[in-house]
Amino acid sequence: MAWVNAIIQGVLTGGLYALFACGLSLMFGVMNVVNLAHGDLAVVAGYVAIGIIAVTHVPVLASFLIVVPVMALLGYVLQRTILQGALDRSVLTTLLVTFGLSVVIENGLLQFFTANSRAIGTGLSLVTGSFKLGSQIQIGYLLVVIFATAVVVLLGLQYFLSRSRYGRLIRAVADDKEAAQLSGVDYRHVFGIAAALAFGTVALAGVAYGMYSQLQPTTGTDTILLFAFAAVVIGGLGSLWGTLLGGVVLGVAQQIGAQINISDEVLAGYIVFLAVLVLRPQGLTTRRAQS
Amino acid sequence: MAPGLARGRRKDSQRLDDGSPLLEVSELVVHHGQLRALDGVSLRVFPGEVYAIIGANGAGKSTLLRTISGLHHPSAGSVLFDGQDVTRLRPERRATAGIVMVPEGRRLFGSLSVEENLQVGTAYARQGPWTIERVYEMFGWMRERRGQRTAQLSGGEQQAVAIGRALVANPRVLLLDELSLGLAPLVVQRIYGMLPEILATGLTVLLVEQDVSQALRVASHIHCLLEGRTTLEARPADVTADQVEAAYFGLAGAGRLPGGAAQAGASQPDERGEP
Repeated sequence: MAWVNAIIQGVLTGGLYALFACGLSLMFGVMNVVNLAHGDLAVVAGYVAIGIIAVTHVPVLASFLIVVPVMALLGYVLQRTILQGALDRSVLTTLLVTFGLSVVIENGLLQFFTANSRAIGTGLSLVTGSFKLGSQIQIGYLLVVIFATAVVVLLGLQYFLSRSRYGRLIRAVADDKEAAQLSGVDYRHVFGIAAALAFGTVALAGVAYGMYSQLQPTTGTDTILLFAFAAVVIGGLGSLWGTLLGGVVLGVAQQIGAQINISDEVLAGYIVFLAVLVLRPQGLTTRRAQS
Repeated sequence: MAPGLARGRRKDSQRLDDGSPLLEVSELVVHHGQLRALDGVSLRVFPGEVYAIIGANGAGKSTLLRTISGLHHPSAGSVLFDGQDVTRLRPERRATAGIVMVPEGRRLFGSLSVEENLQVGTAYARQGPWTIERVYEMFGWMRERRGQRTAQLSGGEQQAVAIGRALVANPRVLLLDELSLGLAPLVVQRIYGMLPEILATGLTVLLVEQDVSQALRVASHIHCLLEGRTTLEARPADVTADQVEAAYFGLAGAGRLPGGAAQAGASQPDERGEP
């Protein structure tokens, strides 16, 4: 029964990891940007939510309505300025620039918020509570809500990419940005919209993580970015649903590891990550398109 | 083919040298790294014309078209469109202004369906006669296969989609880069057979063609490039085959090449497909 519990917890945690990973995957799939500041931006979103809640006393769920659009706007602006500037030089430059961004954000957070851990206090019984299945399985409402959110976000992204005008342009630009230009499409604007989507999802992920666990200035790189990378690689680069599968596989591996020995939780996740890299480097889903 | 020929020539006879050109390229110099791909090329395209640029591989034909559409930046010279200097304009701005190119190799969006490819063409389209519906009328097979990925189409069909994607943007001047590349002669004939219908909607066409005989058949004006320089500029009716051959190969005399010369410009059909 303990094993079943581990698997259920792992699957649900996978939803959180998928939230981390889908933005990373989208930015790589569309503009070939590996955003090393991805995790730090999630942490920034979490701190912004903490700040908003502290100042305005809005309910936690209302903070999403502010944080997600603010981060999406930040994504558009960052893409149109420094990320596009880096892309104009070379794809490798974007690695350096996003790494630099990551260092700046982390140290900025340390400076202003100290190294103390912070959590987003929810004060909602729905979020802090749990329900029992049988005697040994206890499932937190929060993880279920996060998992459902991840599925809804992925469905929404897929719908947007496959049905909407801008979704179509995003796919076209990802295929061939020069050909898109010849049809009058300003790919830089389309990149900006893709970045806004990615940053919107990372904002959700950051706030969700702040509710689920605790945020520190370094959480972005030492936890979120690494787990996001692992989920993306396990699931398959550029595949949206692959990120959910990757997140779930990573989550289950971690929980099973923890079941064996509590200190093996993170290690078990990385062993699976390594195994996928060796045995199936293209990821578990082979679809190339991000839709 | 006959109507295309007739229409092209008729337009040409109406060409007025004192009318203003739709597209005017002056003393264009383009470098690819150290290589001088274009060296002082000038041309003027008048409304309603079919203007063909011919030349051997590496003569700079595609570079010229890509520079006009904004994908390459010239080191000197200018591109004027309808009297406006567009030399520094980004490619997408030129497209919305009315310069739309069908690129070499078609460059369709592989993960999009046929219809979605056309919809990208309409995303920032100018007002005009061309709609997706009209493209479906011109290429009858396309409507039934609009949901398919473009990879499932033959080369000729892909070329038709690429042309359709450009047309629905309602260009004023349509740039066609090597339409015949990799297509069977019959397919090439059919695609060029669409030109009259395209011209009838008031478009001007500037095309690059390696197949000289094809170019001579459809064009009202030809312009031959050799190693980035202009070697001939004339109306097809005014030049002999020998003159064209001399300009094409850069020979002082002409017509003395053994055998191969006559076929040198022919396309290589390595693909069978129905447009």
